[in-house]
Amino acid sequence: MQQTPMAERTALAIRDLAVQFESEQGVVRALDGVSFDLHAGRTLGIVGESGCGKSVTARSILRIVDRPGRITGGHMLLDPGTPQEVDLAALDPESKRMREVRGGRIGLIFQEPMTALSVHYTVGNQIIEAVRQHSDVSKEEARNRAIELLREVGIPRPETRISAYPFELSGGLRQRVGIAMALAGDPEIVIADEPTTALDVTTQAQILALLRRLQAEKNIALMLITHDMGVIAEMADEVAVMYLGRVVEFAPVQQVFAAPRHPYTRALLRAVPSILATPRQRLSTIGGAVPHPGSRPTGCAYHPRCSERIGAICMEQRPRPVPSGEAGASCFKDEAREQAA
Amino acid sequence: MSVSTASDPPASDPRASDPKAAAAEARYAEATQLQLTWWRFRRHKLAVVSLFVIALFYGIAIFADFLAASDPHATDARRSFIPPQGIHLFDENGFNPHVYGLRGVRNPRTFQLSYSPDPARKLPVRLFTRGYTYNLLGLIETDIHLFGIEGGRPGEGIFLLGTDQLGRDLYSRMMVATRVSLSIGLAGVTLSLFLGVLLGGISGLYGGWVDLLIQRLIELLRSVPTIPLWMGLAAALPRTWSVIEVYFAITIIISLIGWTDLARVVRGRFLALREEDFVVAAELSGASQGRIIFRHMLPSFASHVIAATSLALPAMIISETSLSFLGLGLRPPAVSWGILLQDAQNIQVLAGAPWLLSAAVPVTLVILAFNFLGDGLRDAADPYG
Amino acid sequence: MNLLEVEDLKKHYPIRAGLLRREVGRVRAVDGVSFHIAKGETLALVGESGCGKTTVSRCILRALPVTSGAIRFATGDGEAAVDLATLPKRQIRPLRRHMQMIFQDPYASLNPRMMVGDIIAEPLKVNGVPAAERRDRVLELLELVQMPPGARTRFPHAFSGGQRQRVGIARALALNPKLVVADEPVSALDVSVQAQIINLLLDLQDRLGLSMLFVAHDLSVVRHVSDRVAVMYVGRIVEVAPTDALYRAPLHPYTEALLAAVPAPDPTRRSRRRVAQGEVADPANPPPGCAFHPRCPYAVERCRQERPELMPAGNGRAVSCHRAGELELAGVR
Ligand SMILES: Nc1ncnc2c1ncn2[C@@H]1O[C@H](COP(=O)(O)OP(=O)(O)O)[C@@H](O)[C@H]1O
Ligand SMILES: Nc1ncnc2c1ncn2[C@@H]1O[C@H](COP(=O)(O)OP(=O)(O)O)[C@@H](O)[C@H]1O
Ligand code: SF4
Ligand code: SF4
Ligand SMILES: [Mg+2]
Ligand SMILES: [Mg+2]
Repeated sequence: MQQTPMAERTALAIRDLAVQFESEQGVVRALDGVSFDLHAGRTLGIVGESGCGKSVTARSILRIVDRPGRITGGHMLLDPGTPQEVDLAALDPESKRMREVRGGRIGLIFQEPMTALSVHYTVGNQIIEAVRQHSDVSKEEARNRAIELLREVGIPRPETRISAYPFELSGGLRQRVGIAMALAGDPEIVIADEPTTALDVTTQAQILALLRRLQAEKNIALMLITHDMGVIAEMADEVAVMYLGRVVEFAPVQQVFAAPRHPYTRALLRAVPSILATPRQRLSTIGGAVPHPGSRPTGCAYHPRCSERIGAICMEQRPRPVPSGEAGASCFKDEAREQAA
Repeated sequence: MSVSTASDPPASDPRASDPKAAAAEARYAEATQLQLTWWRFRRHKLAVVSLFVIALFYGIAIFADFLAASDPHATDARRSFIPPQGIHLFDENGFNPHVYGLRGVRNPRTFQLSYSPDPARKLPVRLFTRGYTYNLLGLIETDIHLFGIEGGRPGEGIFLLGTDQLGRDLYSRMMVATRVSLSIGLAGVTLSLFLGVLLGGISGLYGGWVDLLIQRLIELLRSVPTIPLWMGLAAALPRTWSVIEVYFAITIIISLIGWTDLARVVRGRFLALREEDFVVAAELSGASQGRIIFRHMLPSFASHVIAATSLALPAMIISETSLSFLGLGLRPPAVSWGILLQDAQNIQVLAGAPWLLSAAVPVTLVILAFNFLGDGLRDAADPYG
Repeated sequence: MNLLEVEDLKKHYPIRAGLLRREVGRVRAVDGVSFHIAKGETLALVGESGCGKTTVSRCILRALPVTSGAIRFATGDGEAAVDLATLPKRQIRPLRRHMQMIFQDPYASLNPRMMVGDIIAEPLKVNGVPAAERRDRVLELLELVQMPPGARTRFPHAFSGGQRQRVGIARALALNPKLVVADEPVSALDVSVQAQIINLLLDLQDRLGLSMLFVAHDLSVVRHVSDRVAVMYVGRIVEVAPTDALYRAPLHPYTEALLAAVPAPDPTRRSRRRVAQGEVADPANPPPGCAFHPRCPYAVERCRQERPELMPAGNGRAVSCHRAGELELAGVR
């Protein structure tokens, strides 16, 4: 087992997190035992096809899962191993403590910044509101802080932009405001759920550069959700690959790209179109589609699509989950390879 | 032909092993949009309950005379302000539903004769008794009513909700009032719907100055405060008009504002749908304008229009009720909820006969039910909007 | 032979204000665009959002009225080219069968109230194909896009994004069009599904000899799909070139910036890249001179004053930049 370097303090430890959505149609296990750690000053990239549970993970940490979803198991330890350790999974989502954490200790950046912004108020109003929610400052101070935040996220002329309404801003500026909102409570942990998916490549590059700079300045633990392997390569220190509500591979970023261990990771990487492609070059594909989490295949959930299946065991038994904090893949083929080595 | 799918692994369907899930899946896949809407609607418990409540009220409206126990117009000054009479289910002989008869009492101060319940005389309550004559569904002449008393002297009856000043049975009046109030709402909304769809459709379809004109008209109508506008219009109705004429005039007055809302919904949907990719696709495939509208656009906003309509209906009912309550709407001898409430206007009367206020109950119930129903329909029709 | 020739195409949206809705300005969404597409060729149109790609594609299909310019379309059936830009709507309808569109959003582009079979049959129906023939053709098309025949009687909501996009492609191909305009057909899809659809498009093109205008903002996807690339910025084409040449050695600073912004799926090559600063200019109020000058690291005084024209640059390339000859721009390798 290769130990990932852990120079930095662990800010948040997720252990065996399970989330279910129950409806008339049945029970959907959206998350089924997810574990990973976030470290101060480092970026964990979470990648996977849509529907694999990335957003539900983010929303669970902040305890804002949509109804009828609920956490059915696991722990989310803030400041693990310290006297202040607290399990977010055990808190009441509406409790004072949780409200302090949400937007205070942990900031959230959405794919569509308008999710976090109201159309009825100016950008300034909303940031000032957010600042005052998490610190006891006067209106004037909060306003100055808001301007400073807008400047920090690279918005030109923040003194005038503070009185703009969100719809008056371009997509890129809006996402910057979204980031300013997330930073308003001076968080140590920032969760960014596909923050650049709706943006152009150029704007995406700007926003990623901004996130990197802010992280370095504030020593933030960043959890970056994306389905773009390019963004992962660009940003992540460690990578968790998710499939059907489970982490199927976890590894430092170089390792994921140089020597992916899970067949799903390999397939995902092969399917990415390349800017170096030859004319009319075909891509390799992953057969079929992600099954609905409500009808999870038996055994290894990836087996119906896996091109590297090793036998009946894949259909019948569940491979060992990735041990938290260690690089590894949840796959029988990988286990066999490891034993051979 | 075979298009290259070289790297595709053998696809095995993980669901094949679970026939129940597969059946549910197939049912979902082949469901029409209408079915999906219904399934989504079913999840709104309050809306479903409201649907039943509304169905019940329209049932009452249709069978109002059958449900009425005594003639809602028959006055008898002596039996004014009789409090609600309970039905006693048992007597010393066992199960024998009955109400008490009436006894004439002279008021010691005014020497007026008035009736009050007489526990000594039991009048048996029976189903399907004969009473005043009416036309069932406007077709069949009959005098059978759901229930009534057997025997009894003239003037006696069953007064579940008591009587008003003129001695009319409030319960029976409420049944008939339900018919009038609900039907005027329905008529008003139909007229609004017609105007709204027509003008909203024209506005959305043609755009340009026609749209501009209609939009300004709507803004103008909406900027005039409703109550004074109605009052002015209603006050202008000649006093000599018959009940039927007034009924139609009031319908028109209350739909005057109602159509503007619907026109906005229709126009908005039209404009939105025209830009919708699937409508553009239809146009690009060479479909005619008529086909685009009727095959592709109309079905997509029918559900919105239904939802908007069910939200407009309570406004219509409230309008009629308030106009009549103010004495500007329907006039006696017509019976509507507004007119019933008008009787409860006098605080002194109310102090002596609080049961007159019971006419507010159906109004509140129906309005709430329509609002819940409308919300449910709207969510079900457009879960994302 | 060229299937489509677009010359100096303009599409302006009036900005109206006031009670009388007087025109107070114009959004120059497309402002003088020229290009051609040869038979069997795929031309990609790339650029940041808001630069006018969708507007160009909709103008070509006359889903939008055109402000000015010419759109010459030659069906190649021995008939002379017609100018779609000036043709009255009535006369365009019979031509529609030759040019079809694939949409970006697989959810919005299929009528949720029609069964998949009816959706695919709709173009056949409105063009008078008899019912029996329609049935066979729908089955054929479903096979072509690798969908099971049972999909016919199902509604769009039963399918995933990728499957819906296949249905959209089947509909576009129903009438055997000569030209397919695909407006970001894979942008809304997951990587794995995107790969399937790209392969499908490439295969269909080989088989059917389609000509395609492929609109995209993802330059990686474009490299797989297109023969030539036209780069748009604020309503104009700033560079056209054969795909390989454009990626290896861009001639326009904007092309260079776009290429540099694509994150490489390789953590060892992590950003030493320069990030293009600033935002796309507002087409209602474009900067004077070269519209790219506020963001261009190579801008000189001339760029602020004089607008560069799109000039031939040899080897089938054209570029619109005052400094095109002198700059050494970085491509990708
Ligand atoms: N509000 C909800 N109701 C029911 N199921 C949900 C809801 N939100 C998410 N899910 C389920 O959780 C799964 C994971 O969703 P999500 O985390 O949004 O995926 P991702 O962000 O990776 O695309 C989905 O496939 C879906 O089945
Ligand atoms: N109906 C319209 N009215 C006014 N402006 C429009 C309209 N449609 C598009 N535009 C403007 O035209 C420009 C080009 O838009 P579009 O063609 O959609 O760009 P792209 O597809 O490249 O993202 C944008 O600035 C957009 O705001
Ligand atoms: S366990 Fe088997 S089916 Fe699952 S990923 Fe590994 S090899 Fe493939
Ligand atoms: S003309 Fe000038 S500003 Fe425009 S791209 Fe060329 S160098 Fe840059
Ligand atoms: Mg998500
Ligand atoms: Mg576009």
